[in-house]
Amino acid sequence: MATPRFIVVGGGLAGLMATIRIAEKGFNVDLFSTVPVKRSHSVCAQGGINAAKNLKGEGDSIGQHFDDTIYGGDFLANQPIVKRMCEAAPGIIDLFDRMGVTFNRTPEGLLDFRRFGGTRFHRTAFAGATTGQQLIYALDEQVRRHEAAGLVTKYEGWEMLSGVIDNQGIGRGIVAMNMTTMETKSFAAEAAIMATGGIGLIFGRKSTNSMNCTGSAVSALYQQGMLYANGEFIQVHPTAIPGEDKLRLMSESARGEGGRLWVPRADKPGARWYFLEEKYPKYGNLLPRDIATREIFQLCLDGYGVDRKMQVYLDVSHIPREVLERKLEGILEIYEKFIGEDPHKVPMRVFPAMHYTMGGMWVNGDKLMSNIPGIFGAGECNFQHHGANRLGANSLVSCVFDGMVCGDEALNYAKGLKNGSASVSSAVFEAEVKRQNGISEGLWKADGKESPYALWLEMGKLMSENCTVIRYNDRLKQNQDDLIKLQERYKNIHLDDQSRWSNQEFLFARALKNMLHLARVINLGALLRNESRGSHYKPEFPERNDAEWLKTTLARFESGEPKISYEPVDTSLIPPRQRKYD
Amino acid sequence: MPDAIKLRIKRQKDPGSRSYWERFTIPYRPNMNVISVLLEIQERPVTAEGNKTTPVTWDCNCLEEVCGACSMLINGRARQACSALVDQLSQPITLEPFSKFPCIRDLQVDRSSMFRNLIRAQAWIPIDGTYPLGEGPRLVPKVQEESYPYSRCMTCGCCLEVCPQFMPIRTEEDKKRNFVGAQVYGQVRLFNAHPTGQALAHERIETLLEEGGLAECGNAQNCVKACPKEIPLTDAIAELNREAVKQGIFGWFHK
Repeated sequence: MATPRFIVVGGGLAGLMATIRIAEKGFNVDLFSTVPVKRSHSVCAQGGINAAKNLKGEGDSIGQHFDDTIYGGDFLANQPIVKRMCEAAPGIIDLFDRMGVTFNRTPEGLLDFRRFGGTRFHRTAFAGATTGQQLIYALDEQVRRHEAAGLVTKYEGWEMLSGVIDNQGIGRGIVAMNMTTMETKSFAAEAAIMATGGIGLIFGRKSTNSMNCTGSAVSALYQQGMLYANGEFIQVHPTAIPGEDKLRLMSESARGEGGRLWVPRADKPGARWYFLEEKYPKYGNLLPRDIATREIFQLCLDGYGVDRKMQVYLDVSHIPREVLERKLEGILEIYEKFIGEDPHKVPMRVFPAMHYTMGGMWVNGDKLMSNIPGIFGAGECNFQHHGANRLGANSLVSCVFDGMVCGDEALNYAKGLKNGSASVSSAVFEAEVKRQNGISEGLWKADGKESPYALWLEMGKLMSENCTVIRYNDRLKQNQDDLIKLQERYKNIHLDDQSRWSNQEFLFARALKNMLHLARVINLGALLRNESRGSHYKPEFPERNDAEWLKTTLARFESGEPKISYEPVDTSLIPPRQRKYD
Repeated sequence: MPDAIKLRIKRQKDPGSRSYWERFTIPYRPNMNVISVLLEIQERPVTAEGNKTTPVTWDCNCLEEVCGACSMLINGRARQACSALVDQLSQPITLEPFSKFPCIRDLQVDRSSMFRNLIRAQAWIPIDGTYPLGEGPRLVPKVQEESYPYSRCMTCGCCLEVCPQFMPIRTEEDKKRNFVGAQVYGQVRLFNAHPTGQALAHERIETLLEEGGLAECGNAQNCVKACPKEIPLTDAIAELNREAVKQGIFGWFHK
């Protein structure tokens, strides 16, 4: 076989890590990203990255990190891979430290650690409150080194449209479109690693995600036969600030450093109600996100929000300015810039916002390969690790760990391939390009009445209102019908922009169709799962039900519709137990 | 409170065509930023005169001023569209693409030369590999605190747009010859201060002594004022100048 080639789609933490792993073994990588990789959504991660390095003399351990993660995920995660991730975490922190990340330090010059939700240990390493930015920059710099050496070819400003799957069902590469010239091409590889991140745009403008988090590429693969798992598990972060264009995250690290949530007491004017600290004295403000979010949501629904609106106070004004400047400046700056009030002096007004997708492409539990051989999944776009609810500061570690695993396993897979992509008839690639050109031409010619942006906002509203914090079966049923109607209306779309040069409306309309398919998956998974577990909460079924629902949801695309089946969860290491934080 | 937002947007269909202006009037809502105004136009692309037009093309991603994508000239000032709040801008709000970089379409420009210059400056730590090699070097908090601001550079381009020494890029040759600018100095300062990064300190300074390097800085200090992350770019330039002088003299003695 000729020298194997590799494709990585997505230039966030997971994609860049996978790229480095392959390049440092001397193999070529084609790296695709809709944006210059340095501008990927990983930059938005603020608070830190978890690893049980136990540098605070608290007796933290890898076993404790593993248990917190499984327990925090309400026992829906397959356990062996999570254990491997927790074992790898301290080495990952060391690696970033060697790469020059400006982690905060203790007076002795060691890494400093802060607290985060769902654990009672100081386990989170951080670089101010811009940790994701610092981590991705470190990987971006290393990738640039391999780029300079000729091992990495960046396709920045290219959007993946689909996978190339041969007659035996093996993934042989991808089809992508140049977002400026609008040219569509196929790219062959022995293995392709998807690292496309989250799907926040399915919730319209009501998420903390970046504008390229559409999930479009993963949805395209799902429509080509890839399984999508646990779609219904959507994390809504407890503390974000309102915005017309997006909801901006106010990191959990604000609470990790002593920030407190409160609302004015209704019964005693001037008094404060620290509602989480009162109800959950053990964890206080550092509850896992699913529970903190529900508490805030319910409290505001009951009319106790600040000014009776859907908002509560996140208060750091009692923390010494010197500490805030060293540890939280990045996020306080965001609040000040976007809201115009100084959080050093006044409490911030926050409310929950859609933030993270625990679910994603189904990948196996040892090699992180999908059911389409040759296509791997790393980071937020896969479904492993976080079960029904992700703990704060675990996403950065899962992204990097997955990048390492996928990079290594893609190499192993390619070496074991009897026939490489060069053996595949060029007709297979041409056929997929032709199919994609057909979809594009249909869109260029569309002369209907519907605007893609208006449809998108309607979908976002439906999903935000019915598929987030509190879920009801009658509404989910209705939502399914409404989503189908949107899919129908999509067929009557038109584009205001007919230019074949850097046409963002065209690209968005193309992605919208894929977003609608994933919205259906999320909604159907939620409708069928009659229990409450982690982020998935139904008042009609308020308890976790292991007897019937300790299983992974699998969505398969059949004749245009999601079909749901289930597979067992690997709970071989920690027996499920009741989850309580009070 | 105004009931409408008035805008003037400089538009250009592609790199080969001439630019032109369009006016827009958008219904006012509280707490809007320039991004949400552009999103509004995207949804209903109609000019102030009521003519149908195309949505405005511009780059953006994170919308919270950490990715650096949505840089443009807003009322003549180089900054990010996401953190430009309508209530703090005088109207009509004027939006233009950066003038120093090649225009792709409308407000979208090609800033790839900035990333290429980071390669030129070897802006990385030369680690042996990503396999387990133990812990990183110890650093006293003071060193970390001095380096951290430089590590926040998002390659947004504001420092270059406002720099009198940074010439507009019109040809491929311009990209190679042009002044590398403050963003590169900030990064060289960052990596040269790191215990492992120091291994390449000499070579980085050598690069800065080439055409388009340190000698061309005119000390206008516009960069430090324009930087949205308040990176102490002029401190970096001063420090690197001292290093370069040392290295220059040292190198001369060895000739």
